[in-house]
Amino acid sequence: MIHSPYIRKPASVQQVMFTVLLALVPGIAAYVWQVGAGILVNLAIATTVALAAEALMLRLRKRPVMLSLGDLSAVVTAWLVVLCFPTIVPWWVTTLAVLVAIVGAKHLYGGLGQNPFNPAMVAYCTMIVAYPALMSQWPPAGQLDFATQLDLILGGARNLDAITGATALDALRTGLRVGEADVATLLQQKAFGALGGRGWEWVAGGYLVGGLFLLARGVITWHMPTAFIVALATIAGLFWLVHPEQFASPLFHLASGGAMLAAFFIVTDPISGATTPRGKLLFAAGVAIIAYLIRNFGAYPEGIAFAVLLMNMCVPLIDMKTQPRVFGHREEKP
Amino acid sequence: MIARLFGFHGGIKPDAHKNESAGSPIRPAPIPSRLVVPLRQSTRATSECLVVPGQKVLKGERIGAPEGVLGTAVHAPTSGTVLEVVEHHMPHPSGLDTLSVVIEPDGEERWIEHGPFDWKERSRDEALAHLRDCGIVGLGGATFPSHIKLGTGTGIEVLILNGAECEPWITCDDRLMRERAADILTGAQILRELIGAPRLVVGIEDNKPEAIAAMRTAAEAMGTGIEVVPIPALYPAGGEKQLIRVLTGIEIPYGRLGGEFGVQCFNVGTAHAVYRAMSFGEPLVSRVLTLTGNVDQPGNYEVLIGTPIEDLLPLAGPRRADTDRIIMGGPMMGFALPALDVPVVKATNCLISASQKLFPTPPPEQACIRCGACARACPAELQPFELYWHSRAKNFGKAQEYNLFDCIECGCCAYVCPSHIPLVDYFRFSKSEIWSREREKNAADQARERFEFRNWRQEREKEEKAAKLAAKAAETRAKLAEQPAAGEGAAAAAPAAEEDPKKALIAAALARAKAQKAASEPKNTDGLSAETQAEIAEIDRRRQALGLAEGAEPAPDAAPAAPAAPDDKPAASTRDA
Ligand code: SF4
Ligand code: SF4
Repeated sequence: MIHSPYIRKPASVQQVMFTVLLALVPGIAAYVWQVGAGILVNLAIATTVALAAEALMLRLRKRPVMLSLGDLSAVVTAWLVVLCFPTIVPWWVTTLAVLVAIVGAKHLYGGLGQNPFNPAMVAYCTMIVAYPALMSQWPPAGQLDFATQLDLILGGARNLDAITGATALDALRTGLRVGEADVATLLQQKAFGALGGRGWEWVAGGYLVGGLFLLARGVITWHMPTAFIVALATIAGLFWLVHPEQFASPLFHLASGGAMLAAFFIVTDPISGATTPRGKLLFAAGVAIIAYLIRNFGAYPEGIAFAVLLMNMCVPLIDMKTQPRVFGHREEKP
Repeated sequence: MIARLFGFHGGIKPDAHKNESAGSPIRPAPIPSRLVVPLRQSTRATSECLVVPGQKVLKGERIGAPEGVLGTAVHAPTSGTVLEVVEHHMPHPSGLDTLSVVIEPDGEERWIEHGPFDWKERSRDEALAHLRDCGIVGLGGATFPSHIKLGTGTGIEVLILNGAECEPWITCDDRLMRERAADILTGAQILRELIGAPRLVVGIEDNKPEAIAAMRTAAEAMGTGIEVVPIPALYPAGGEKQLIRVLTGIEIPYGRLGGEFGVQCFNVGTAHAVYRAMSFGEPLVSRVLTLTGNVDQPGNYEVLIGTPIEDLLPLAGPRRADTDRIIMGGPMMGFALPALDVPVVKATNCLISASQKLFPTPPPEQACIRCGACARACPAELQPFELYWHSRAKNFGKAQEYNLFDCIECGCCAYVCPSHIPLVDYFRFSKSEIWSREREKNAADQARERFEFRNWRQEREKEEKAAKLAAKAAETRAKLAEQPAAGEGAAAAAPAAEEDPKKALIAAALARAKAQKAASEPKNTDGLSAETQAEIAEIDRRRQALGLAEGAEPAPDAAPAAPAAPDDKPAASTRDA
């Protein structure tokens, strides 16, 4: 027998996931416009692989395939994987990454809702460790036409120096490591645009628009994006104020790399993230700070993926320690 | 004074569906051919049957006497004849049976003698007793006895009148406020004086402008500073704790009563019943309820308590083919009736004909994505997905740590969950599991106590036997010692003297026990009918035949053993001895 409540809000996981996909569209559009349509090919590959892997795993786990496939969670993971990767990675890297995300990070941990780690970030970290060279070949904005991108994706010969440039974060970092220049001089290079990497500011802007849409639709709460942005800006600001010639400005950090994507789409992954209001603040701020430290002092130009996984590990503790006060319980637990 | 409003966390805004029935004035429902009046009107308010089959009763005549502290009286809803007193289904999710008085109305509606109760002249206790004897309980759905809620008459700052009616579909309180505002407020004033509250605030959801206007007009006419406050329509604003929070900012934690925080809350329907009880001496024999849902003519009816629900439903028009359940209460917290022959009780505020179109079966449950929508909707500020997680894993201790028992089962979490998880069902399951384990534990504790007591008794008996033997031996020794030379007597006397106090004690105990037995036995059998005495004799004979008769064993423990095992078969304990 069915018990109360007898009425339900017409909401579904599918709707939530669909809204997330929709919110990614402005960022993707900016990506296509600024960098090239190769991303669409990768999105198509990743979506297909994700759905196939999801169906297979559901089948193996004897779960209702159509119901869970229809929830679109696998597609969201696939898209996030692609958006974190250089557009021109060969198709098999994308395929492998999506398999790692869906089969490894999601289903081996028990499927939707059970994975302690963000699947897309697991895929990113695995790939950057396994194929560091391929994973750091980013196409400079507006330099490669679609045919070239397609050729590279489908496994064409890679003449590394000719086709790729360092990302803004990478260029800055390498430049500073060599020690020949300061931030201001480096930023004159053609890899840099007005705020972050040339052309990439638009992409970041697209994510920002999509993120605000998610906020407006109530799919995410303000806690994570705000904490992420404020924490990143604060730590970057501190270093920048002390050593402006050594460290880039907070605005640069926010507009570069995956900061905006992370703020609205990655740290906000509900399943692997913290759930309490205070926990969310801590979690997102933690990611931002670790990511900044990796960007500046670690072995990789972008640190968000590692930061997310590290914070994922802390989630049970964070949630436990930040349980909100229950109605009528006055300041019981600190 | 204009009250400042406070918010409460969470809440939802489902479609109100009030328009269907809100426009329909309260009409009396016809008297059915049979009334089934449960002697227990809620889990707490119990009463003892006062009538026998064949007896004629008048309207308002008492058929059940209040039992226990929380008991309230039950009355005949109309005049007629008692047909039988039987176990009958209650309108309860489990279809629980309870002792009920079945009355065949004579259609004359002859009242008992009744008249105003001059509560101003009488003591407060008398007034409370009058309310109890009129069977006044909370009509908001919880049916808590009002005389208990009125407490001690001091320490309450604010009396809140609950006219929020936040559940979708229900409009009986709305109509009552529109049509009988002055009566409600008169009742509320009586409650206010009995409770000793300086302030009286009426909270009404702002989706009932007519009710607000009617109550305001009545309040002004009475001119005693009653505040009528519109509150935002947000389910569950009518939950007692949520309403108190909205109107006063005070949060009443789980398991505590408003009285402890200087605020008490009564439903408008209850205030109306209090008015009838005080101004006319009328006991609570009818209530207003809403008939709505998948029906042609939704409406509000004044219905006699005990009217079978199946007799009521046709008032809203013929049953539509796709009606698949009848829900009592609202769609958020109500329940589907297990049978339609159940009677209207004091808690019945609404009957909704449900169909798949109105209340579709939710889609299959999916995995929780920890989206937190449930936590954002929870008015108790819980983390429902954590409770769900632990309930599912049958990790009840953890669920309790996450304050499972603070859940008011309002259903907001299940309403919003995109994974369609029936969260409240999980919580009900966990709670009942915990309760039944608690009960089992208590039973086990009792059994253990009984067991330990028996061991202790056996131990004591052994000691006593040993002591008796020792005493006998000592006696013999003493006798023997007396015979030989007197010189040895001194040596033999020493151990005998040592045992003496013990012996004296035992002798005294035995004497006491005998006296006790002698004292208790005739008492128990005093003034018994010849029949009973014969029965006892018969039992004694059987016991003797089995070698169990009293006196076959030393008796001292017989008295304490009895209270230790009150619910146990006495034969078992005797055998154990
Ligand atoms: S609303 Fe449902 S899916 Fe979302 S966290 Fe709560 S239980 Fe999980
Ligand atoms: S049913 Fe319980 S857990 Fe769910 S919203 Fe209501 S109080 Fe919170």
